[in-house]
Amino acid sequence: MIERTPLLNILSHVILLSGLLVILFPIWLAFVAATHTLQAVNSAPIELLPGDQFWINVKAAWQESDFGPKFVNTLIVSVGVVVGKITLACITAFSLVFFNYRGRMLIFWLIFITLMLPLEVRIVPTYAVAANALQPFQVLLDVTGLTSLITWLSGIEIALEWNLLNSYTGLILPLVATATGTFLYRQFFLTIPDELVEAARMDGAGPLRFLWDVLIPLSKTNIAALATIMFVYAWNQYLWPLLVITDRANYGMVVVQLSDLVPDALTTGGGTPNWHYAMAGTLIVMLPPIAIVIFMQRWFVRGLINTDK
Amino acid sequence: MAEINIRKVGKTYGKTTIMDGVSLDIHNGEFVVILGPSGCGKSTLLRMIAGLEEITSGDIAIGGKVVNALEPRERGCAMVFQNYALYPHMSVAENIGYALKVSGMPKAERLAKIEVTAKSVGLTEFLDRKPGQLSGGQRQRVAMARAIIREPKVFLFDEPLSNLDAKLRVQMRHEIRRIHNTVGATSVFVTHDQHEGMTLADRLVIMNKGTIEQIGTPEEIYDRPASIYVAGFIGSPAMNFLPGRIGPDQNRVVLDDGQSLDLSGAARAGAGQLVQIGLRPEKLTFAPAERAMLKARFDFAEELGSGRVYHLKLEDIPLSLTSPEKRPMIEGEVVGLTFAPDAVHIFDGTSGLRLATTRQTAQVSAMA
Amino acid sequence: MRRAYFKFSWVAMALLAPQLLIIFVFFYWPSAQAVYWAFTLEQPWGGGNTWVGFENFRNVLSDPYYWASVRVSVIYALGTTALAMVMAMTLAVFVDRQLAGYKAYRVALIWPYAIAAPAVGLAFRFVFNPNAGILSYVNTVAPGLWDPTQSAAQAVLTVVIAGAWKQVAYSFIFFLAALQSIPRSLTEAAAMDGARPLRRIWDLQLPLLTPTIFFLLVINITDSFTDSFGIVDTLTGGGPFRATDLMVYKIYADGFRGFDYSGAAAQSIILMLLVMALTFVQFRYVERRVHYT
Repeated sequence: MIERTPLLNILSHVILLSGLLVILFPIWLAFVAATHTLQAVNSAPIELLPGDQFWINVKAAWQESDFGPKFVNTLIVSVGVVVGKITLACITAFSLVFFNYRGRMLIFWLIFITLMLPLEVRIVPTYAVAANALQPFQVLLDVTGLTSLITWLSGIEIALEWNLLNSYTGLILPLVATATGTFLYRQFFLTIPDELVEAARMDGAGPLRFLWDVLIPLSKTNIAALATIMFVYAWNQYLWPLLVITDRANYGMVVVQLSDLVPDALTTGGGTPNWHYAMAGTLIVMLPPIAIVIFMQRWFVRGLINTDK
Repeated sequence: MAEINIRKVGKTYGKTTIMDGVSLDIHNGEFVVILGPSGCGKSTLLRMIAGLEEITSGDIAIGGKVVNALEPRERGCAMVFQNYALYPHMSVAENIGYALKVSGMPKAERLAKIEVTAKSVGLTEFLDRKPGQLSGGQRQRVAMARAIIREPKVFLFDEPLSNLDAKLRVQMRHEIRRIHNTVGATSVFVTHDQHEGMTLADRLVIMNKGTIEQIGTPEEIYDRPASIYVAGFIGSPAMNFLPGRIGPDQNRVVLDDGQSLDLSGAARAGAGQLVQIGLRPEKLTFAPAERAMLKARFDFAEELGSGRVYHLKLEDIPLSLTSPEKRPMIEGEVVGLTFAPDAVHIFDGTSGLRLATTRQTAQVSAMA
Repeated sequence: MRRAYFKFSWVAMALLAPQLLIIFVFFYWPSAQAVYWAFTLEQPWGGGNTWVGFENFRNVLSDPYYWASVRVSVIYALGTTALAMVMAMTLAVFVDRQLAGYKAYRVALIWPYAIAAPAVGLAFRFVFNPNAGILSYVNTVAPGLWDPTQSAAQAVLTVVIAGAWKQVAYSFIFFLAALQSIPRSLTEAAAMDGARPLRRIWDLQLPLLTPTIFFLLVINITDSFTDSFGIVDTLTGGGPFRATDLMVYKIYADGFRGFDYSGAAAQSIILMLLVMALTFVQFRYVERRVHYT
């Protein structure tokens, strides 16, 4: 379109550049702090240009927090959550869309309601369940009197226990249920024409075969979109691993490590923080999900918008 | 009221040229239809006039003033878009009156004008509705009203009827022509539908691959297509083309299958030149063997109710003929065909351009 | 509606089972547990829980610290949402003009979404640190003028700014997507009608963004009530003197540091009801998808 708006264009760039400044400045400062000695960082006024200590600080932060094994752990957990969420979303939605049985709507609502129960809100009892994931079943058996019945019949006392604390399972399992993913898949499956199902049935394909041979190949874009946002989600988990993992040497995740980078006035009584190491550590932890978002931008935006949250 | 002068306009995107040296003069108050297949550049040309598309070279003038650098709002054009482009959050009245609101017309005056314009296109009772609550035909009317109310110098139509069903399309076609006649503004209408073009246009512009193939009245274009492309594009069923070669005496054309046609000195071309003979299906008639100018084999017929389309074959070249006559025929039967001498179109076999016949040359010089 | 189905068999149930089991164990059971705890009190000598009715709620609701937490949570929710959305919308509208370099702007405004909340908290803790951050210079001139580790108001301000900063990218992505789904011909029609770019923003783009604005409003408010833990924990740890003790943080602190399960559970139930109400509003009244025809 032919439009002569030189003034407005300049104004637009000014607005965009100042927005950019607001967004980038804090991270820039963190980066600058990661490139100086502590003395330089603590001098006022603040340094605005990077120094030459970056690799030294990164190395120190890396060793201090023992990031090596923690990156491996975080990667295992993130991939586990991504694969788990996509698998669960896909098979649950498949069952809800391609079979006709009573109670489908009820199940749909059961999954929907979990949207209203974010982890942060039910954190204390969820932690209690993680200490023994079979506790709900034990309680059900106790309450219904089955425990005593079995003890009376066989002499065996039932004591179900499955401790998830300090394990990958404990990190992954409570995070893999996904209402949004299930909805996304349900929406997608609802667009599959009836004829395709009928053709598959004429060809003698059963439901699992249809799922594997037809639907999964068709849902590749869904998978890519979901995978990017779920990866970022999983990588950035903080509260849950903070609680579930006390054995940080073996199961620690990188994001949780952030809480140790700066001495906390509440727990350690303060002290001068090693800002240069702390900021280097912060940058290290941020990097992988940022890379995912930038390189998978198209899928990421699509996934974010389509999952409705 | 304004004439539009387009001089050697070109457009390139990077290295691809999508329009090349297009020139066109549209007279004041004229209704010009730009016709062509999708991707021929017809919409681009229209959007260039509107100022929605920049031009890379050449000039566009409206009312004698070069408008190359003017913004759309400064050109005095109104446009009806293919998908109507109605503002979904505004009522019909607000849609129609938006341009006046932007130009700062006082509310009372604006409302009065909206009232009058809505009445002229039969929208009075829908003024409070949102576009989402209207049928396709009603939305089309809103789009028209939105253009009319501005009393523009130029109306631009970008395939405005293509989203309507066949019956409504014919009705809106008459409506548009009626409005053009009453308002009297210059109109430029883009379409890929030849019927729309033929019925609406004072003059037709046939475009192909970013260039203009021919400009003329619908009659001229039908009767004297300037190229094989135009000849094949206009007319339905499409014109038949028979490849051949000018005979030694220049009065006959020898077709590829060995038959020869007597053109009695009609062709002004050198002996031995490759040509394509164009014959419109509706200008061919069956003839008894002794009077036949051409012979072909019968293939099959399509029933139209009012008549038939007969599909014939000359060796492997398909040939069609329309006739109200319903002849019983069997497949493979050899039939004789005849046609009036002035029904023959001769095109250069390599360039595809029309070769003027002596008869037509005579007509042209008589007119001049 | 669909008419072609597979014949019902054990397969349908087997496919449902994993997700249902997980949501039972990790969503419904804990939520029920929270309700149970909220209405009972654990005996000090461990003889099981006794029913106390609404007493836990009465205790929570009569606790001034709780109301302080609610107050700062509301300030945080409204502050971050307003700041983030105004900024995101302004930037999206101008990025949508597609001037030179708009792709670079777009990437630069999207990637902060990927930064973990505690990382944001830590970065801002440095940026606003009274001794090392951008305002440290202020303190060399007037010592103690800027100190979010001492001043409650300044601490709340830093938490709100950090929270808003983190939310901008999310809203920006949605605003930009909504703007780009406005058909080009609408913009062109408005241009032909004489509307200049700023006028088009006002008359065309903003009205068409309304559904997105409502959607993001509800989502951002819900998020800032539940998703603030990471930022608070690394930025202020709830301090100074509980000034930034947001509701989620207080539940965590009371439950895991104070071992007051019943009190934490009562607070959880209240927050749950709040989230439910907001989610209900979102799905009942907010129509996010717009049809432009």
